[in-house]
Amino acid sequence: MAEAYQQQSGLAHLGLAARAVVDADKFDHGADWGVWLGERAFQGQINLRGDPGNKTFMDAVAGVLGVRLPTKPNTSAGAENLRDGPRAMWLAPDEWLVVTEAGAEAGLAGTLAEATAGCGGSVTDVSDARTVIGLSGRQARDVLMKGCPLDLHPAAFIPGQCAQSLLARATVILYRGSDDAAAAGASFDIHVARSFVEYLWTWLEDAAGEYGVRIVEG
Amino acid sequence: MRSVGGGRIDRTRTLSFTFDGTGYQGFDGDTLASALVANGVRLVGRSFKLHRPRGLFAAGAEEPSAIVQLETGAHTLPNLRATQVELYDGLSATSVNAWPSLTVDLWSINSLLAPLLPAGFYYKTFMWPKSLWHAYESVIRRAAGLGRAPEQPDPDIYDHRYVHCDVLVVGGGPAGLAAALKAGRTGARVIIVDEQNELGGQLLGNRQHIDDAPGTDWAAAAAAELAALDEVQVLTRTTAFGHYEHNHVALLERCTDHLGPGAGGLGTEESGAGGVRQRVWKVRAKQVVLASGAHERSIVFRNNDRPGVMLASAAAAYVNRYAARPGHRAVVFTNNDSAYAAAADLAAGGVTVAAIVDARPEPGPAAVELAAAQGIELLVGRAVVDVKGSRRLEAVNVVPLDESGAPAGGTARTIGCDLLAVSGGWNPCVHLHCHSGGKVTFDAEQACFVPGESKLAIRAAGGAAAKFDLAACLDSGFAAGAAAARNAGITRRGHARKTPVAQPETPAPPRQLFYVPSPKRGGDTKAFVDLQHDVTAADIALAVREGYESVEHVKRYTTLGMATDQGKTSNVAGLAILSEVLERPIPEVGTTTFRPPYTAVTYGALAGRHVGEFADPVRKAAMHHWHEAAGAVFEDVGQWKRPWYYPRDGESMKQAVDRECLAARNAVGLVDASTLGKIDIQGRDTATLLNRIYTNAWDSLAIGRSRYGLMCTEDGMIFDDGVTTRLGEHHYLMTTTSGGAARVMAWLEEWLQTEWPELDVRLTSVTEQWASAGLCGPNARRLMDEVSEDLLLDAEALPFMAMAEGRVAGLPARVFRISFSGEVSFEVNVAARYGTALWTALMTAGEKYGITPYGTEAMHILRAEKGYIIAGQETDGSVTPIDLGFGRMVSKKKDFIGKRSLSRADTARENRKQLVGLLTEDETEVLPEGAQIVAEPRPMPPMEMIGHVTSSYYSANLGRSIALALIRSGQSRIGEAVFAPLPGKRVMARIVEPVFFDPEGQRLHG
Repeated sequence: MAEAYQQQSGLAHLGLAARAVVDADKFDHGADWGVWLGERAFQGQINLRGDPGNKTFMDAVAGVLGVRLPTKPNTSAGAENLRDGPRAMWLAPDEWLVVTEAGAEAGLAGTLAEATAGCGGSVTDVSDARTVIGLSGRQARDVLMKGCPLDLHPAAFIPGQCAQSLLARATVILYRGSDDAAAAGASFDIHVARSFVEYLWTWLEDAAGEYGVRIVEG
Repeated sequence: MRSVGGGRIDRTRTLSFTFDGTGYQGFDGDTLASALVANGVRLVGRSFKLHRPRGLFAAGAEEPSAIVQLETGAHTLPNLRATQVELYDGLSATSVNAWPSLTVDLWSINSLLAPLLPAGFYYKTFMWPKSLWHAYESVIRRAAGLGRAPEQPDPDIYDHRYVHCDVLVVGGGPAGLAAALKAGRTGARVIIVDEQNELGGQLLGNRQHIDDAPGTDWAAAAAAELAALDEVQVLTRTTAFGHYEHNHVALLERCTDHLGPGAGGLGTEESGAGGVRQRVWKVRAKQVVLASGAHERSIVFRNNDRPGVMLASAAAAYVNRYAARPGHRAVVFTNNDSAYAAAADLAAGGVTVAAIVDARPEPGPAAVELAAAQGIELLVGRAVVDVKGSRRLEAVNVVPLDESGAPAGGTARTIGCDLLAVSGGWNPCVHLHCHSGGKVTFDAEQACFVPGESKLAIRAAGGAAAKFDLAACLDSGFAAGAAAARNAGITRRGHARKTPVAQPETPAPPRQLFYVPSPKRGGDTKAFVDLQHDVTAADIALAVREGYESVEHVKRYTTLGMATDQGKTSNVAGLAILSEVLERPIPEVGTTTFRPPYTAVTYGALAGRHVGEFADPVRKAAMHHWHEAAGAVFEDVGQWKRPWYYPRDGESMKQAVDRECLAARNAVGLVDASTLGKIDIQGRDTATLLNRIYTNAWDSLAIGRSRYGLMCTEDGMIFDDGVTTRLGEHHYLMTTTSGGAARVMAWLEEWLQTEWPELDVRLTSVTEQWASAGLCGPNARRLMDEVSEDLLLDAEALPFMAMAEGRVAGLPARVFRISFSGEVSFEVNVAARYGTALWTALMTAGEKYGITPYGTEAMHILRAEKGYIIAGQETDGSVTPIDLGFGRMVSKKKDFIGKRSLSRADTARENRKQLVGLLTEDETEVLPEGAQIVAEPRPMPPMEMIGHVTSSYYSANLGRSIALALIRSGQSRIGEAVFAPLPGKRVMARIVEPVFFDPEGQRLHG
């Protein structure tokens, strides 16, 4: 059986956990940062494709997820906090990314595949294909604006919205959650291909440098 | 000479600076230019070609002459306009173009040689003898070049920022402020940018009133109101330098330049966050309001470039804004009313105004009144025709003009002065409007080009729309702001406010006078149109005489407007003179093209943070850090870093690679294949898709079996290759080349979305989902047996080109019996998170079997020994499957992309280049890849080339060199000797079949 210690997240070798401990201690002693960054390791991710006009497919997926797949571009449906259940993010007219709590992906992918069998869709576990970086804080948006050409104005890219775009020179899926009360600012999930994650993390730390960066645990 | 009071300078903050090595002092609020004026410095530069002495000409972005090199070493910046350099303590600047110094400029000999250096002189003079052009060129460039590029790495931080808005207002003068206020009050997202250090535009430099108070008071109130609006962003020290498609506007914000060098560097632990020196803003605006104002024009006359000849508005700005007098005794020369206010400003600032010379026989009544009130002598219907003085203006010669605008004859009146303030009218700053293809039309009454039609949502206001009086300027700003917000979709209306009232003006029309011809013979060779590039009225006439009539040709022949200032003060005058010479109206002559940037932008700002490690992403596979720790040397494959070879202590590359190759065929080798492209394909019609994409047939592939396939583009040429495995009834996994992964995915999606939407097929890229470790060699199966728990691995249960799922080293895995080495091979795929766990488990368990990790070099040699191709190495977009000997993989029964092209005469002919092997006569000789092959060598080219080497290596397993080549009719030449003519030698080789090792393939199936 594969053991947890055999798993390596995309940023495993950067020693972020140790830095997070140090920063948590500084935080307890009153330190303040404009940007909080952390790896949300092993988030479950399932690529789902299918015809949104196929009622059988859409019903079957809704039956499993508990919510209907969003059909409005760049919106999501389902739980914001993955502990409460999966979330589906619109990627393309016939493509969604279903995200789950770490470890739940295999079971969910199996259930989805079973439920949608014969509906002309596809279910693919891509949990390892992308790493998720959490970015929050007062200046989280300023960091993204340095490298992302989308309109990220708080009223234009609202909590629950998602989009595929470029961040610096990496392709990303961007998701905005509810504001992070602890970090006192907006909160974003950045899904980036695993091979690009070291580049992107380094870029983010550099871009956020002028605002001060706190490293946090996922 | 500084006035005692007044000006927007802080006299309590004295700043020291040096110009050309001499120390001076200025105040906070000064520009380098105003500080030089205040210090009485007149000579600020030498001209580009003729090295004539030059002084300050303007007070803003249009300055053509006061071009300086700022600072030295890594922080140095060339070609800055002294008028736009904010003074800071310790500033150091030097003038460009003078050698050895500004006052003793040896190149000023050129000025005496001017008659020999007309437009295009170097195309003629230095072209004989032709072989010496390079020698001439280096001297000419040194004599003529502007500033020097920095030679050290830039230590500063530059950044980019993307932003969207409803309304972008370019320019923070009265019109821009009005537009931003009107739009901002509706709640619209507004950005207002201005290149200066504070908002106010022209109000900062003149003494106009709004609501019976100084205009600057109103500007300050407007700035405060804008700053308080949540959705309004005010950017000062920011230049909108380019306007592009879809209302994309690029801005350059100078964040720390005004603080001096070092303020924009990397932060330290102690100092905290680092500072950004300059930031490029990439704005997408729904609406743009162009309130960029207008530039005053000069008038072209003989010696109009002498230090002391200055634009009238600039002279007034130095007095009003900086309390710095640009002269003691001035003459004002104008063709319009605006210079009268400038004359009054000069007089109020303590400059004696000796006379106003107005080209118009009848100036406007308001202007005449203003002159009378100041007691200034008014000379109407006259023009300045020449000046006296070289490094400093001494006097001007004034003559009457006839109706055509030429000197009417008679004696010139000489008026002593050290300042000539000239106004030839105003040019709206239409640059941004034109960058994106906007048209301009000629307004004959105001004698200027005004913005015309544009395909983009941009509207001009204020001076940019030729609204030159303040009241009209404000009105047009408010109207433009309201219209822009409305057109951006903002339905709210702002609170009504009292509309500010400016002093009413009723200016009389200007006289269209661009140029006063010199009555002296040859006098026009010193009548400067373009001060920065030393283009004279005579040069334009010469260009026309030599047959250049198009404005674009005249521009390039004379270099008019091609200097760093892009002709801001010269283009329109040049056009007007051209129109006179051609005897065609100005609108028919047309304009040259305005191109970004409006003012120069540093490469550092354009690059932003995309430098060094951020220049291009490095892609790292799951086991990358193991390879790094193992001392691997990496090879770039696209953006991926792949282990190239793993040298042990003291090994050369060849030693390491030989060892790796031998281990793979004699023990067990381990290669990281994670970067190969992988596409998960699901759907009932997948086999149909594969049939159409690949050249071979896919209907009969059983579940759990793999097949190699070649893809062609429509032209029948190989595009990518790889193995596709059937995982389930309607589930396949396609692999592609590492470099081709994204291209193949896009290719399949395109066909599915645009041509075959009826197919039930869904694609998902899983390249990054899987880490892949390839084991090969005689010990591979034993090792696999040891590390797998539930897999049957014998040749019967898992034959070549079969796949099984199970556990390897305790990890859920897919195991493929595919091979790129010709050995028994197992390619193990696990989820990327387990990549390193798998790799280390294999290394540990494999130690007793002699496991050896090998890199891409060994991988390439092993495959070349077997004659396996690499798409992109043996193919180059002009190679068909048949050329490579894959004829049996080209189905005759079904259709596929590229099939029809394979029967074209050229693709079907017999004597195409075909894949063969080459064995050099000398077994140690490794041919260079790309070497040309000839059948009949000659001592010297030309020789008939019959092909080229595509792959070439030393094979340790064969103990000799091998090569693959594409040779014309190669397959029918097997056994023939051919030659590779190389520098200094000629290598003989024999054509052989392209399989060098185990031609029967016994090892593969074992």
